[in-house]
Parts: sequence; C-alpha cells; structure tokens
Amino acid sequence: MSNSPRTAPAGASSGPRLDQATRLALFRSQLEIRLLEKRAYDLFLQNFVKGTSHLSLGQEAVAAGFAVAMRGDDYTFCTYRGHAHTLARGAPMVGVLGELMGRKCGLMEGKGGSMHLTSVRHGAMGSYAIVGAHLPVAAGAAWSAQVRGTDQVAVCFFGDGATNIGAFHEALNFAVVWKLPVVFVCENNQYMEYTPIRSVTAVEHPAADRASAYGLDRLVVDGNDADAVYAAAAAAIGKARSGEGPSLIEAMTYRYSGHSRADPAKYRPAGELEEWMKRDPIALYRARLLELGLPEGALREMEGAVQRAVDEATEAAKASPPATVDVIDRDVWADGGSSWRN
Amino acid sequence: MAELTYRDAVAAGIAQEMERDERVIFLGEDIAAAGGVFKATVGLLERFGPKRVRDTPISEQAIIGAAMGAAMTGLRPIAEIMFSDFLAVCWDMVANEIAKARYMSAGQMTLPLVIRTANGAGARFGAQHSQSVENWAMSVPGLKVVAPSNPADVKGLLAAAIRDPDPVIFFEHKALYATKGQVPDGEHVDRLGTAKVLRDGADVTVLALAAMVPRALEAAERLQREDGISATVVDLRSLVPLDTKTILAETVKTGRLYTVEENPRLCGWGAEIASIAAEECFYDLDGPIVRITTPHVPLPAADALEDATIPSVQRIVETIRRTAG
Repeated sequence: MSNSPRTAPAGASSGPRLDQATRLALFRSQLEIRLLEKRAYDLFLQNFVKGTSHLSLGQEAVAAGFAVAMRGDDYTFCTYRGHAHTLARGAPMVGVLGELMGRKCGLMEGKGGSMHLTSVRHGAMGSYAIVGAHLPVAAGAAWSAQVRGTDQVAVCFFGDGATNIGAFHEALNFAVVWKLPVVFVCENNQYMEYTPIRSVTAVEHPAADRASAYGLDRLVVDGNDADAVYAAAAAAIGKARSGEGPSLIEAMTYRYSGHSRADPAKYRPAGELEEWMKRDPIALYRARLLELGLPEGALREMEGAVQRAVDEATEAAKASPPATVDVIDRDVWADGGSSWRN
Repeated sequence: MAELTYRDAVAAGIAQEMERDERVIFLGEDIAAAGGVFKATVGLLERFGPKRVRDTPISEQAIIGAAMGAAMTGLRPIAEIMFSDFLAVCWDMVANEIAKARYMSAGQMTLPLVIRTANGAGARFGAQHSQSVENWAMSVPGLKVVAPSNPADVKGLLAAAIRDPDPVIFFEHKALYATKGQVPDGEHVDRLGTAKVLRDGADVTVLALAAMVPRALEAAERLQREDGISATVVDLRSLVPLDTKTILAETVKTGRLYTVEENPRLCGWGAEIASIAAEECFYDLDGPIVRITTPHVPLPAADALEDATIPSVQRIVETIRRTAG
C-alpha cells in the first residue's frame, strides 16, 4: 500500500484518551456522513440528484474529528466536496439532500447546489468550488475574529490538489504574518482529481512539507482515525484560540468513490481501494468503541437512529416541491432584489 | 466648503467613515506606513492605528479573500488593489466568490465591502498599469461599480460605498489624483446609482465617466464657442446601479446621444448604454448613437501614443462636429 499514511495505524486500542460523550459524538458524526453520502449516491443513480456531486465516503473521520472539536460559533470553510463538513456542523439533513435534489427545502433554496452548501447559522460559511479560493477567505474570517476581539477560530478544509495553487501560499503567508486564528486542513486523499498528487508535486506531503516555508510545524495525522484527528484538531484550535496563530495539518485519507459522480476512478491501481477499505474509518472506530466496553446494542441503536434520520430526510426532500423560479432574481443584493438600474 | 485634491478626498472619505463606524477596516499594499503609492491614504495609519489600517504582502488574492471573510463575519473592510489592472490577479475572488456568495447562499451572507483601485490612463505607464477596467466589473452580476470624477464625489460616493451593504468596486482615476475641487464641510455622504447633469444643452447629450468628464465638459465649451452646438454633459458616476432615468431623460431632450469611454471599443460601458437607449428611446433619437472610445488595442506607453489612444477633447469635439449636424 504505497500511499498509506506513515503515522501509526489506528488499532482498536490506540488513540488519545477521550470521554465517552466525545467518542459517541465522533462515531455518530461519521455515521451521519457515511449514510447520507451513500444516500446521495443512490439518489444520483435514481436521477433525483442532478448536476454533479463530490462524495466524502472514506474521509468521514476528518470532518467528524474537527467538527466535534470546534465550538458552535467557530467558522468552517470547505470545498465542493463539502457535504460532510456542512453536515458535521449541524446543518439539517433535509436541507443538504434537498439542495442536492434542487428542491425548495434545500439549504440555499436550490440556488447553490451540491458544490456550494452553506449554512451560516451553523457556522458553515460556504463550500467553494474554485480550488484554493477559500483559504484567503477563511483567513479573513479569522482576521475579523481577531479585530472584533472574539476568540472564534476559522477552520479551512481543502484537498491535496489545492496545495499547488497560488491562493494556498498567499493565505498561509498572510495568516502567519498576521498571526490569525485559522487552522488549515489538507485532506490528502491521494488524488487531485484524476491524477495522483505525488506525480505532480515537488514534495512527498503536499501540505505538511510546505509548512516550514511559512514557519509552521510539520503536522501529518492519520485521517482515518477520528480520535487522532480530534486530538490534532483540539490542539490546533486551542492554539489559534489562545492567540498563538495558525496551523497547517495534513490528514492522510482516501476517497472510496471517484473525484465526482462522472468519475469511475479507473486510474487507481488494482487493490489500492481494497487496502484502504481495510482501514475504513467507521469500522475502525466501531471496533474501538466495542473494545472500550460500549455495548454492541448501543451502537446498533445509534446506527438505526441515524439510518432512520437519513430515510426521513430523504422522504421529506422528495416531498418538497422543486425550487421555485421566484428566487431567480432574489438576493443578488442585500435589499433582497437584483435590480441594476432605476 | 474646502478645496481638496482628489487624492486627499480619498483619505478624507475613509477617515470620515472609520471615525463613525469601528467596523470599517482597511487593508492593502503600501497603504498604511507609506500612505499609498498614489499618496491617497496618507495619515490613516497614524489616526486609526495598525489594527484597522494594515499593510499586506503583495498577495492580491489574500487581500480580497481576507476582505470577503471579514465582511461576511460582521466587519466593513476596504481593500485597495493598487492598480486596477491587478484585479486580473484576483478576479476569481472578485467575480466568482464575492459577487456570488450572497446569491448562492440564498441571502445567508451579506458582503459589505469596498475594493478601491486606481484605474485609467494618463500616466504613461503602458498596457499593464493604465487600463480602464470598469466594464469588467460591470459585466459581473453582484458587483456595484462606481467611478467618481471630482473630489466632492470621491468623498461622498466613497462614504456611500462604505455604508452600502453590498460589494462595491470603487474606481479612482489615477490621472485625476492631483486635481482639486470644493468638498462640502462636515459629514458628506452621496447616493450610489445617481448620475449628475453637469451642463445643460439643447443639441446633443454627452455621457462620460471619471477622467472623461472634464474632457467632455471642455469639449462642450469649445463646441458652444466654435460651432454653436449646445451640449448636455452627464457624469454617470455609477455604472451599477445605473441611473437610466437620467440617461434616457437627457437623451430624449436633445435626441442625440454620445458616450465618451476610456474602455477599449468592444463591450465598453457605452455599448450597454447605447443598447438601452436604442431599445427604450429609439423614436426620440434624431440620429445614430455615437460611441467615442479607446480603440480596441492594448494601451501603448509613449506619451504621443497614449494621447492619441484615449479620447481627447479634440477627438470629442471633432466627432460631435462631424456627426451632430
């Protein structure tokens, strides 16, 4: 498994000491992402989801680990692969699925779509579909927190591919020079789109190996181990919150599906997916919880509850009318309209 | 009233708003300690401190991205892009992110921010430091576009832009920074989206923006003196929102419409206005709408070439003289 992370594997008994409530929150968040993403995939196959979608199947531990470590008023900035991060901050499933399906009940009433999920009241400050663009925006939100004297933190997720674009480097330098409370999180799922990140990048770890250029620590974490992610997140968020400036974390993980719905991912070497699936973040976490003494029945109960929630959200989204055309010329401007002339 | 230069009016407008609203913050390259490469922001750092007036690295994407992030979280940033040509470096931030965030989020986000930038020719800086790119901004839904022609409008429209809840691209004209004019004393706040009739005439209507306004006025005086042609001159001041009421009313009065633009020929703002006038007051026109523009070439640097490229008083006079009969 040439692309496996170099960090220690997530064995059933490894990981930091966490209280049971935190562990259950981590498990539940991962489950919600997994089951919702599977449902999104099914709905696409059934032609309920149009356009494109970029799934986080296999990458759930990164979104869950950070979201559970964040405070309610912290800011999340993520990419077009953003269902997981938006959901993890507490956005309602029906709003996420409704938006994917172009329904009135969507988080943005159908105006954004899968790649732009936003739920400001949950701190999900947008999903950005131009690679790298949101890193400076996250830095700006962190600057705002610094100026306003709150101790909010901005967490910015991006893929390995974003590390080769200018905005990544501009944002990192800027954030360090201004000592901004922002955590940059590279979800290294090994492939930029269809091309292995290693084949187009000057260093082995596309984010972590660049950290020293900005005076930051080199941080690589096992992105398939929610406890490890949580620990790294808590440390970086704590550092940012206490005014000690930004961090850059590279989480090693793998996406089970192709880049987008259009991609069958035939470029991946035979057996690579299967190797990574042996370290499936949710299976690993479930095993850990059992080893720690949680009863099988309790886990099943949670799994059932999450599945029911996804089923109910699916039915509610299907029952919602399509996006209504009256929103087309709404909300270009803050006055609610779109007028450019008198 | 006090006499101020156009550049001092920039600093005065920013200072007025920073004094009034502590959410207003200001960032850009060389804007703080150095007071701006055009000296338009002198004294702001000393007055408001480094927390609110901050020098940045040469990172246009970071500057505009940071302004966006600050605006969506409760502040009212002003970002400077030193030359408007450099908007191309951060156009993703401007056109894809800032302009669309409110719409894509169905109104969940509000972005009260101003991007100030030095626009236009006259300094012999060549093709990458002299363009007039207000038409780029005008073509993107979600951006307001303002371009003042005199110190009073600089202060009043900048104040209005800073108070506006939407993103405003504020084009200052670098050939006008040294010009002087009377600026009202005390708080001065203008209204976006309002054109101003600067000269009332009976024969032709001339629409102009920024540095083309004083040229249009001078051309009007010459036409009156030398040809007996009486020209109305309208300073558009704002492209988005566009004051079509004033434009159409002033066009109908004379029946002849001219636009004077620094934009290169294709898709300059005059084309949009000509299209509106043709559609909405065609039967009140007494002749073709005529656009006086920069030719469709990159801007040359030499003074003799630049002067022959940008619409001059002479070219405005000759064009109107030839066609207005």
